[in-house]
Amino acid sequence: MKELHQLGVAELAAAIANKKTSAVEAAQLLLARARQHQALGAYLAFNEDATLAQARAADVRIAAGERGPLLGVALAHKDIFVTTDFPTTAGSKMLAGYQSPFNATVVQRLTDAGAVTLGKLSCDEFAMGGSNENSAFGAVLNPWDASRVPGGSSGGSAAAVAARLVPAATGTDTGGSIRQPASFTGITGIKPTYGRCSRYGLVAFASSLDQAGPMARSAADCAALLSAMAGPDIDRDATSLDHPAENYSAALLTPREGTSATQPLKGLRIGLPAEFFGAGCTPDVLAAVRGALTEYEKLGATLVDISLPRTELSIPVYYVIAPAEASSNLSRFDGVKFGHRAAQYNDLADMYQKTRSEGFGPEVQRRIMIGTFVLSHGYYDAYYLQAQKIRRLIAQDFQQAFTQCDVIAGPVAPTVAWKIGEKSDDPLANYLADIYTLSTSLAGLPGMSVPAGFGAGAMPVGLQLVGNYFKEGELLHTAHAFQLATDWHTRAPQGFWQ
Amino acid sequence: MPFTSSDIGRIAKLARLALTEPQRTCMLEQLHGFFDIVEQMNAVDTTGIEPLAHPTAVIDQVSLRLRPDQVSESNQREVNQQSAPAVERGLFLVPRVIE
Repeated sequence: MKELHQLGVAELAAAIANKKTSAVEAAQLLLARARQHQALGAYLAFNEDATLAQARAADVRIAAGERGPLLGVALAHKDIFVTTDFPTTAGSKMLAGYQSPFNATVVQRLTDAGAVTLGKLSCDEFAMGGSNENSAFGAVLNPWDASRVPGGSSGGSAAAVAARLVPAATGTDTGGSIRQPASFTGITGIKPTYGRCSRYGLVAFASSLDQAGPMARSAADCAALLSAMAGPDIDRDATSLDHPAENYSAALLTPREGTSATQPLKGLRIGLPAEFFGAGCTPDVLAAVRGALTEYEKLGATLVDISLPRTELSIPVYYVIAPAEASSNLSRFDGVKFGHRAAQYNDLADMYQKTRSEGFGPEVQRRIMIGTFVLSHGYYDAYYLQAQKIRRLIAQDFQQAFTQCDVIAGPVAPTVAWKIGEKSDDPLANYLADIYTLSTSLAGLPGMSVPAGFGAGAMPVGLQLVGNYFKEGELLHTAHAFQLATDWHTRAPQGFWQ
Repeated sequence: MPFTSSDIGRIAKLARLALTEPQRTCMLEQLHGFFDIVEQMNAVDTTGIEPLAHPTAVIDQVSLRLRPDQVSESNQREVNQQSAPAVERGLFLVPRVIE
């Protein structure tokens, strides 16, 4: 019998349903474990009373005979989702102590499904970053090697799930912020199609890119969470897609047509973009990815060479569009309605400037500057509009690629997790490291990271899988088949299994 | 590279950020490197290409929705103001703007 913290979402739900444990017992144990490992820096806030009240409510529902895939299951949320039971900071001094009057739709849906919230998880400030070093509340350590970053911006979510502090967590992905930390910590994460999960109550970074998704230890557990998270939120999110929610757990178990038990992916065409397998990717990462692809061939899939010719362009396009939207979204932080206000100022303009310069960290200020510039008079057409046009070409490249394949595969990032401090003085190096995740975000396509082995420094490597719009079910199915045949996703970092 | 030292001051003012002189110098240097990469976009021919705002619009028509203009939330002034830096009698306090 595994210990409680070793259980994934489905296992914990079953243990609670079968009265082997209770939601309250599981929540208490995981809270104690989270506190014991606070040195990782994954959690930013707890509220034990609220957590235990949620757990007791779940136990009452279970005692009344109710069953559900998330009923009583402990989760934690990236601190970018607003919550009534916990403060929400978005990793920023600007929002230190901020108390939301409402829950994000994603949080509310998971809570309604009976999930128990353990606390809030650290992230890069306003989700801007790929190392979690941009948090105003300290770096998060990678449980596989405490001298390395966990990735970002959902770094707290990734570290907590990998360290067995919580069976699953929510994350958000604007340019790779679910997939890259999942890859760096050896867990499974999926960013759904843009507009699939509501952005209501998600502290806005880049509104045409931001998307919520689950991070867990397996595709099956991600499917259970995503089934509850996704679906239209028509009245509250203007870009929420009017596309009915799906049961992704059922999609996992539905065999593909014409397949067999030994060849469950027979007929699946996996496209390999030449641009993802070039000199820019380190050999250790490529070796792990190629190993995973060999496994996919054994499962019956065929590998097809494809091209995504504008992969390199996705870096400038993304780093024009995302800061432009951020500079607009972050203009709401003016020291009046919520958040930080400077203590000393001369007049209104001075209050705005001092408040914002004190409240925002360096990376956020850099992106506000870039965004303000590319939207300013005389530069809008050359930068912002040009980027939005190339964005369409990038999205069209994917549609062209999907005429040749069903799923696209490649590395998530060119390297394994880097050392803390290694790139912190070099913003451009951080931007370049996002090369394999940005194009999927710009196109709004669903993408995953699936543990695929280990690279340099015995650090985890993720395989990226990208599907066409609304093909989350097919992606999760493809990942699940791999996880039935491999055990990379079951590996735990040393010192965090027991 | 379009960014000059005077641009930094102008943009910081537009963005309501107060940057110190060392911060300006550092930011100018970092943005120089960044805009070298951004300039790659100039070489792309986008004649006749529509900008893409909502990504799934590439496969399907996405129209902005309107909802009926009706009250859907009750008045929650107190909870909405609980995180405000300065409030008095239900009003947000700001520095004097008009003498």
